Amino acid sequence: MIRKTFESDIQQVKDEVLALGSMVEHAIIGSVEALKKRDIKAAEKIIAEDKDINKKRFAIENQLMVLIATQQPMAHDLRLLASTMEIISELERMGDYAKGIANINVRMGEEKLLKPLIDIPRMAEIGASMLHRSLTAFVQEDVAAANAIPMEDDEVDALYNQIYRELMIFIIEDPKNIERANWLLWVAHNLERVADRVTNICERTVFIATGEFSEIKSSDDEFWEKQKKNK
Amino acid sequence: MQNSPSYAIESNDLSIHYGAFTAVKGVNLKIERLKITAIIGPSGCGKSTLLRSFNRMNDFVPGCHATGELLMQGQNLYSKDIDPVEVRRKIGMVFQKPNPFPKSIYENIAWGARINGFKGNMDELVEQSLRSAALWDEVKDKLQESAYALSGGQQQRLCIARTIAIQPEIILMDEPASALDPISTLRIEELMQELKKNYTILIVTHNMQQAARASDYTAMMMIDDQRAGGVIEFDDTKNIFTRPKDKRTEDYVTGRFG
Repeated sequence: MIRKTFESDIQQVKDEVLALGSMVEHAIIGSVEALKKRDIKAAEKIIAEDKDINKKRFAIENQLMVLIATQQPMAHDLRLLASTMEIISELERMGDYAKGIANINVRMGEEKLLKPLIDIPRMAEIGASMLHRSLTAFVQEDVAAANAIPMEDDEVDALYNQIYRELMIFIIEDPKNIERANWLLWVAHNLERVADRVTNICERTVFIATGEFSEIKSSDDEFWEKQKKNK
Repeated sequence: MQNSPSYAIESNDLSIHYGAFTAVKGVNLKIERLKITAIIGPSGCGKSTLLRSFNRMNDFVPGCHATGELLMQGQNLYSKDIDPVEVRRKIGMVFQKPNPFPKSIYENIAWGARINGFKGNMDELVEQSLRSAALWDEVKDKLQESAYALSGGQQQRLCIARTIAIQPEIILMDEPASALDPISTLRIEELMQELKKNYTILIVTHNMQQAARASDYTAMMMIDDQRAGGVIEFDDTKNIFTRPKDKRTEDYVTGRFG
């Protein structure tokens, strides 16, 4: 193989992206777990660990920049390296959502949860699983998987809408609930955003593999189109 | 037979043969006017042979002949009534190694023009040509010195000045920077961007980054199993280097072609 060194450098970058992805996954699940248990110590740990996520992102960014400067990538290699730059930035933002959830946990202090968490952990699980599989699709350049994963957003959106309605009822019942309801809404919103960013990763994977920029329609888009039609 | 005015030159099923051996086969290229077209491909794929066929430089090679058409302003440059010397006046060439004449800087430019019957103000032509080749400021005080006293990069720009002095329409460049250092190389590339305002440029290069940086269109060549070279992909340079369609182009531009 002619570009053995370059190939192995690329493989190393992919491994690092997977490692970054698993840190983010861990943070998402952990932040919700900590909230569920109202474990402030665990939340503080997640906030601190977000710095490691950011550090790793910069380290990968630097690795990519060195490869671009020294290897002059073209065609598929160029698409891969440029898109990986985007993907790590998506991952870092997802890490910020997890940190946001942990921050809410800390801010809630002694306050009790408005309701036991059932749907929110479910959202976190689905989001983390989508993230995990989107990165597998990225590494394997699996276009079919990359196109399919965003459609799973359905369930995340359905859960989000359900949580939203529930929390509204709490608010209507008693305005004293507003702050606590708002906290949970914020958490749910962060998790909903995680799934959206998975779509961006999948779009990049399709671009790397095919050279085509395509916006993958998530179920989100279909939902709003349906709403429009129903009106 | 008429070629479109937006193309400076176009080939129809152009093949170049050395005796019984076909070196370049069935090339259909439309070279857009006032643009830079790069020809890339691995060694021995026929890039230089194709380039040289564009101004009938291959006529000098014994046994070499062309089939198909090469159209410039509706005329087939390979038809019997065409004077190859006239073709080379309209289509100039710059070679890999700078090849100035063993004469003064001034004479290097004046000589060709004089032979071509130039009757105007020679001093003006020399200055204008050297300016167009971005060499004037460096040599204006030593026009009578030998061209051999110049650096390699300067010699190459002198050769370009010599080429433009006879006002060609197309300039062919065969690896014009491969014998130059990186700074001189970049200077030639910058010069090409200036030159394309007035001339159509075709360049053969082994340096893919150079093709990517300097050209508007890129033709990718490759040999087939009979060892005949051909153009396998032709596209905007941007597409060739970011999303080539042919797997062989992909392998070549990413450096994976063995």
